[in-house]
Amino acid sequence: MAKQTIKFFINEIAATAEVETDKLLVDFLREDLAMTGTKKGCGVGECGACTVIIDGRAVNSCMVLAATIDGSSITTIEGVNKGEQLHRLQQSFIDHGAVQCGFCTPGMILSAKALLDSNPKPTEQEIKTALSGNLCRCTGYHKIVAAVTAVSEADCGGEKNE
Amino acid sequence: MRKLVGKGVPKIDGMAIATGKPAYTEDLVVANALVVKILRSPHAFARITFIDVAKAAALKGVECVLTYQDVPKQRFTLAGQSYPEPSPYDRLILDDMVRYVGDEVAIVAAVDERTALAAIDLIQVEYEIFEPVVDFETAIGHPSVVHPEEDLHCNFDIGMKKDQNIVSSQRVESGNVEEELSQCDFVVEETFYTQANAQCMMETYRAFNYLDHMGRLVVVSSTQVPFHAKRMLARALKMPAGKIRVIKPRIGGGFGGKQSSCVEIFTAAVTLKTGKPAILVYDREETFTCTTSRHAMRLKVTLGADKDGYIRVVDIHGLSDTGAYGEHASTVFMVAGEKTLPLYNQTKAVRFMGNVVYTNKMPAGAFRGYGATQGTFALESAVNLLAEKMGVDPAELRLKNIAKEGEPFRGFKGGILESSALNRCIETGKEMIGWAVKYPRRSVSETKVRGIGMAVTMQGSGIANIDTASAEVRLNDNGDFTLLVGSTDMGTGSDTILAQMAAEVLEVSLDQIIVHAADTDVSPFDPGSYASSTTYVTGMAVVRAAQDLKQQILEEGAKFLQVSPEEVAFNGHTVRMTGTDKMISLKKLAERLVVGPVHRQLVGNSTYGSPVSPPPFIAGFAEVEVDKETGKVELLDYVAVVDCGTVINPHLARIQTEGGIVQGIGMALYEDVRVDSKGKLLSNSFMQYKIPCRKDIGTVRVAFKESFEPTGPFGAKSVGEVVINTPAPAIAAAVYNAVGVRITQLPITPEKVFMGLQKNSTRS
Repeated sequence: MAKQTIKFFINEIAATAEVETDKLLVDFLREDLAMTGTKKGCGVGECGACTVIIDGRAVNSCMVLAATIDGSSITTIEGVNKGEQLHRLQQSFIDHGAVQCGFCTPGMILSAKALLDSNPKPTEQEIKTALSGNLCRCTGYHKIVAAVTAVSEADCGGEKNE
Repeated sequence: MRKLVGKGVPKIDGMAIATGKPAYTEDLVVANALVVKILRSPHAFARITFIDVAKAAALKGVECVLTYQDVPKQRFTLAGQSYPEPSPYDRLILDDMVRYVGDEVAIVAAVDERTALAAIDLIQVEYEIFEPVVDFETAIGHPSVVHPEEDLHCNFDIGMKKDQNIVSSQRVESGNVEEELSQCDFVVEETFYTQANAQCMMETYRAFNYLDHMGRLVVVSSTQVPFHAKRMLARALKMPAGKIRVIKPRIGGGFGGKQSSCVEIFTAAVTLKTGKPAILVYDREETFTCTTSRHAMRLKVTLGADKDGYIRVVDIHGLSDTGAYGEHASTVFMVAGEKTLPLYNQTKAVRFMGNVVYTNKMPAGAFRGYGATQGTFALESAVNLLAEKMGVDPAELRLKNIAKEGEPFRGFKGGILESSALNRCIETGKEMIGWAVKYPRRSVSETKVRGIGMAVTMQGSGIANIDTASAEVRLNDNGDFTLLVGSTDMGTGSDTILAQMAAEVLEVSLDQIIVHAADTDVSPFDPGSYASSTTYVTGMAVVRAAQDLKQQILEEGAKFLQVSPEEVAFNGHTVRMTGTDKMISLKKLAERLVVGPVHRQLVGNSTYGSPVSPPPFIAGFAEVEVDKETGKVELLDYVAVVDCGTVINPHLARIQTEGGIVQGIGMALYEDVRVDSKGKLLSNSFMQYKIPCRKDIGTVRVAFKESFEPTGPFGAKSVGEVVINTPAPAIAAAVYNAVGVRITQLPITPEKVFMGLQKNSTRS
């Protein structure tokens, strides 16, 4: 299989790699970069488990060829916390008990992060919409939305948005 | 005053999960593992008459191609159940007969996925095709016999008549149903259908394995049942169980699916053949197509009641579809009766009978609720029908008839029901949903009507007299503790609540407990996490093991202080002579015991099994809005009030309940495993098999009404399965109350509601 050289930022670190031109981004992350935090739940863009942020947008990494990220900036779950310092979303998921089996959690957190990065004060409806591409079979979603809502409320000084 | 039990402490693995640490099976795969892929049957029922793998085997990078000619000929079951398994030994690793579209034909292992898939395409197969048994209602006496083979084996009589495609034939009864029915003032009879559902755990099935330096087979699997998987592999591969070690890392959801070991046999066969590590990860389509689903059932319910308002007869005749193999066939069906017949306690006669049949479809298996879900839909829908016929409020009918705490209980063969708050659950649920105001319906516009409905349910807590769990708690050299259990936290948080229990007994903090689970070389025996057993059965083993260890700490502390054990107390940090300053710290004591002069590491042990399976209860209430023009049902509000005994961790119990309710909502409204007339699966993706996303569900509200179960740890029962049972009957009742359309066949689709509305309008 033909290979291509790509330059990109992964969790704010500049990187260069040779990738097979038909390799999916999720497989590239997990296999080539050994970053296994990104989960593969369906491989066809239906479940959202593999969500990463590409240039500010939440994207299913199973729907993207790795070769196309040349010049892009990727954030995965491994880059959300800064070392021991958890991101507020991660802390909020833990505090709200929004984690069950956890297989959807990285994707959920990245979808939520992409939302809050671009819209720090979303309405509950906007949160639900932003997470609607991320399936979870364990939690029933209520605590996940509560965890995200708590962070967005913290961002706007505790005022509730409708 | 309890410090940890009853507290919503965060899940102990939450941090690792939320930061994306390598924790799941595929994250941990060893280097250079061969990639395993499966060639599958395109036919629902056929015999392989010719198979040529030469071209595939010759492809560069292919390490191994296996067909039915290359694997041991010993039938086994994938159902992870305690020995002797009630599921028939009716499958081979590979067989020359294929019994459903997707059944395994050949195993290929190659250096990478691309090569393995290319090799699959090079295998040539010819089949003799038979007429498949597709419709389960025509299975009995069908000209095609799904399992004609002579070497099919049942460990004991489950009522199998394989020539008629009957896996299991059952009949349990008490009292004379016909005679009692003739005395009843009100009799209702209705037939209900529950569909097959897919578990849809987010992490699909996967396992890898390798041979260790001693030549033992080490299997790392996303399994709910490591010990059963070990025994199953030993039988299927004809090798000693002692040569197999099964390790379970974090699991990305199971819901019963991972109680059947779907993939381990294939990786193990490859590794035994090649000596090399091998991994198999099912993709989503394979997970939908080639694993297990919920058993679809037809359940005819007859209820009789007297003019005083007492339900006197419950009679259920069922037919269950187990698909191509009999995993959990007899037991799921049995549970459909076992968890419904005792719910109403004023009965004079009850009966549950019927058959489980083979068909040429994907096998059914374990799925949260395990038959109780199917039975509850039928029974509770019938009770709602009965209430209407009697002209009584369905909540009042239930309050009058349910089994109550302190009563002799049919479920315990007349033993006392020691714990139930179901009456309080119903009362609270009525208030929360606004029953007094909203029942049965309110018109909100020209075209939209809102209705409410309810259902109650029970499940069990472990399998009485069968489930046996062991636990060990060890005091380590540095003064902390290792808790060893063989139960399998599949995301539920069971590792966390078991640690809470151990820490509570030992009066130490949660971070002093290291939880290890599960590794069959290291963990004490546990059947695994299924049948709502872990909190109740494993939990009791943990409590007793911790009590055992605490007593030993007191004795050793007293010995050091040169006093009697009765004179000392342990507070988690020090053993102190009561009322004095004479003490030794736990750290110092541990050091002396383990690495110091005492030479005695302390280990608390317990093995526990319960003679009863105390039922948790739920009252569920649904409010729906039905569009009379389209038949669309919108679920506005769902209230579930839960009696799981003592709530060990409110956070985790609540999220289990919310998740189970939403899974039940999916079953009620749209989830449906569908096949075409030739038996080919039509619902093999999340596009075709929709599960709820956040936008699909309205409000779900959960409350707990605690009872105290004297046989459970700290008074706890179970919560994992019971939570899925009420949505289907409660939502069906709400739809009926809104628009007068009674859905007896799940799921409750807009089409069915619309057709019902049309029928009603022509009738009137």
